[in-house]
Amino acid sequence: MDDTGVVAQRSKPVGGLALKFDRVSMVFPNGTEAALDVSFSVKPGEFVTIVGPSGCGKSTLLRIAAGLLNPTGGSVEVDRERLGYVFQDATLLPWRTVQGNVELLPELHGYAKDERQALATAAIDLVGLNGFENHYPKTLSGGMKMRVSLARTLTLRPPVFLFDEPFSAVDEITRMHLNEETQELFTNEGFAGLFITHSIGEAVFMSTKVLVMSARPGRLVAEFDVPFGYPRKSDLRFDSQFAELCGSVSEALRGAYT
Amino acid sequence: MSKTRTPTRRRQITLVDVAGPTLIFVAFLSFWYWLSYYGMSERRRFLVPPLHKVVQDGYLDWKNFSKMLEALWLTTQVAMWGLGIAIALGMTLAILMSQARWVERSVWPYAVALQSIPILALVPLLGILFNYSFNARVIVCIIIAIFPIINNTLFGIQSVEAGHHDLFTLHHTSRLTRLRKLQLPAASPAIFAGFRISAGLSVIGAIVGDFFFRKGDKGIGILLDQYAARTTTIPRLYAATILAGALGYLVFSVFGLLTKAIIGKWHEAAEVPG
Repeated sequence: MDDTGVVAQRSKPVGGLALKFDRVSMVFPNGTEAALDVSFSVKPGEFVTIVGPSGCGKSTLLRIAAGLLNPTGGSVEVDRERLGYVFQDATLLPWRTVQGNVELLPELHGYAKDERQALATAAIDLVGLNGFENHYPKTLSGGMKMRVSLARTLTLRPPVFLFDEPFSAVDEITRMHLNEETQELFTNEGFAGLFITHSIGEAVFMSTKVLVMSARPGRLVAEFDVPFGYPRKSDLRFDSQFAELCGSVSEALRGAYT
Repeated sequence: MSKTRTPTRRRQITLVDVAGPTLIFVAFLSFWYWLSYYGMSERRRFLVPPLHKVVQDGYLDWKNFSKMLEALWLTTQVAMWGLGIAIALGMTLAILMSQARWVERSVWPYAVALQSIPILALVPLLGILFNYSFNARVIVCIIIAIFPIINNTLFGIQSVEAGHHDLFTLHHTSRLTRLRKLQLPAASPAIFAGFRISAGLSVIGAIVGDFFFRKGDKGIGILLDQYAARTTTIPRLYAATILAGALGYLVFSVFGLLTKAIIGKWHEAAEVPG
């Protein structure tokens, strides 16, 4: 680890991949086996979702990808200089307004004031929060906070986005809206996405590919390609093919609990 | 955490806000007058002079009143210097402690020790060491006021959410930037709470130092001591006591308002009465 606590390894992925997990294993010092021999990759333009039971080590994989954790085995290749990370909580700074929060990342990267203002304005625009620039987080709903969090990550236009169950704390309807918006951002911005969730509907609705992870120690046990094109409309959820795919993922997931 | 809040709206002052305290004040005054005229035996009645006598002797006699105000001003200066130095020193120590574990482990036992020594036990020593000077009084204030500053600043910095740290770690933030943009702002509610506690303590320190030194420049503590010594000055003792209390209340309120002005916009619990 270097001074800032980030794992120093920042090798860029080869072969046109956005992100590559190569036989990654993670055993915590207390003996907990969080991940076992996990290999997969995400190409540019792909949106890959990992579903799995709670506590199977899904989030651990993301933390490893981001360099917040060092794997005990295997390696990850990703460009960490330009990585977007959307946390499970909105992790907004309560003392900053929406504008101030969205400007944070360009600010940490040393952008000039007018530059970061422009980046923030554009990102706030993308998530539809115009008019809320001067609001403090405590006045926002859970869904709005998540939009601010998304906007904050969007400012730096990262080519790879990691999502750590970002919508698990909002109500079902808000979640569907946020799924649609995220899917729209993916369509328009063209980033590569790696999304963690335990909601099957969410996974199938947004992704190009769904991976199923087993209970601890987490292994990848199934893989589903999602055939629907983008942009996806909300009524895709009522499509019979959609329902069928959700059923298959569900079945694989049920097997993954044992 | 998904509660939606309406933007901060000034709370309406209700009848209870005015009538409640007024009622208690009237009841208190009645009891006081009852005590002055009927409650005490005639021999001991001088111990509780009626309020108008206190006002007359203490506040309407300009010679006495100006003396009290001068003393109070001196006490205020002592308390504010003490508080100011306690804040600067306490925050610096806490920040250093937050940056290196070994500093925390080395300094913390002494901070606790300083907090545990009864201040009254130290006052005579400080008096002879610093010749009962202004500085001696300020030092008493620093000793009594510094612990809440250290404790609250350190606690505040250490209570930063793990998710926020991850966010800053992901973007390769330097220690100084992390301190300035994350840890200190996050700690500010706790730090301001520490300021409020220490402000009150510092006033107490200034009066206590004064009271026990009985020497040097006359602060309100020395006057209290003198007024208590003779039966004829007992109304003035009441007057000076009320002034000292008012000073403590004022200082506490100022810091309450300061807290509200600086962090009230975003912090939920910043509604401080007074």
